Amino acid sequence: MQSCADAGSSLPDGAALPGQTVLQGSVTTDGAPVSGAYVRLLDAGDEFVAEVVTPDTGDFRFFVAPGAWTLSALHRSGKARTTLQIDQPGTVDAALSLA
Amino acid sequence: MSRADVLVSAEWAEQNLNAPGVVFVEVDEDVSAYDKGHIPGAVKLDWRLDLQDPVRRDFVNKEQFEKLLSSRGIAGDDTVILYGGNNNWFAAYAYWYFKVYGHRSVKLLDGGRKKWELDGRTLDAETVTRDATTYQATEQDRSIRAFRDDVVAAIGAQNLVDVRSPDEFSGKLFAPAHLPQEQPYVAGHVPGATNVPWSKAANEDGTFKSDAELQELYGDLDDAKDTIAYCRIGERSSHTWFVLRELLGLKNVRNYDGSWTEYGSLVGVPVEREV
Repeated sequence: MQSCADAGSSLPDGAALPGQTVLQGSVTTDGAPVSGAYVRLLDAGDEFVAEVVTPDTGDFRFFVAPGAWTLSALHRSGKARTTLQIDQPGTVDAALSLA
Repeated sequence: MSRADVLVSAEWAEQNLNAPGVVFVEVDEDVSAYDKGHIPGAVKLDWRLDLQDPVRRDFVNKEQFEKLLSSRGIAGDDTVILYGGNNNWFAAYAYWYFKVYGHRSVKLLDGGRKKWELDGRTLDAETVTRDATTYQATEQDRSIRAFRDDVVAAIGAQNLVDVRSPDEFSGKLFAPAHLPQEQPYVAGHVPGATNVPWSKAANEDGTFKSDAELQELYGDLDDAKDTIAYCRIGERSSHTWFVLRELLGLKNVRNYDGSWTEYGSLVGVPVEREV
């Protein structure tokens, strides 16, 4: 049984499946990676889609389809939020800097 | 049933870490999370290795469940406090599972691991060992577990709550948007199902919304009818089952753990799709 929210953990680094998009990046504060940040993926209607917790590297990764997506990060030291428009399949990089 | 019967706060948990008769149990989507750090004294259940039959797609049976809990040092009269990541998805699944096997006192840590971490409370990686018990479970309580024939029979007769995302419900996606979409089953939903994504029941910090907010969220359900909740594999719907039965007090609420991976693979059953 596959889980609902592997958060891309089964996907090798840098690999995307044909026709699909990987949205990836890292959470930082003052340029340093943040572990234990809750990164949430929201769809065009601002609905919750998935959430992952960053490891020591601060990295996160989601599969998405082309469209408008919002990423938010929540950590006891701050928050971050960004919205992206993805027009075609591939790998898209995003950054979240806590403030 | 009140919230105090089924939920504990992070504050309560922190004050009762060493209370006799209280056992903290972590169940995570990410099965490695516990090993990196857990609530002091908590034991781990791995939803894949411990809570699924190794061959069939099903629960472990009664004897296996008894052996599992005995090995973890959980006694029948212990109060089990379940918590986990992903807003308690698999902790809610384990809560429902413990109820299926008749555990008398089980509660969820409101907000789960997320709330605990956001509060900056202590996590440690110490190995936890508890003296083995001789745990005795009851036979499965079928009144809170739905199977495929129950769902087919419920079409047009009972409340069906599809707790997946709107895009999964409509048939646009097969799985949550962040997962690969290559699936062997068809997309869509059970005819007549109401789409109330599970996430609407939780606050940003993972805690459950207020009773008033939850009552408004599920206001369209017919109180006179029984209810079945489903998602894709049964853990998001466990979260909603917990809300409907344990927080809102609806009677006769069942969780369909076969969920869409089973229903969408059945030959000959009706499916609705909106795209």
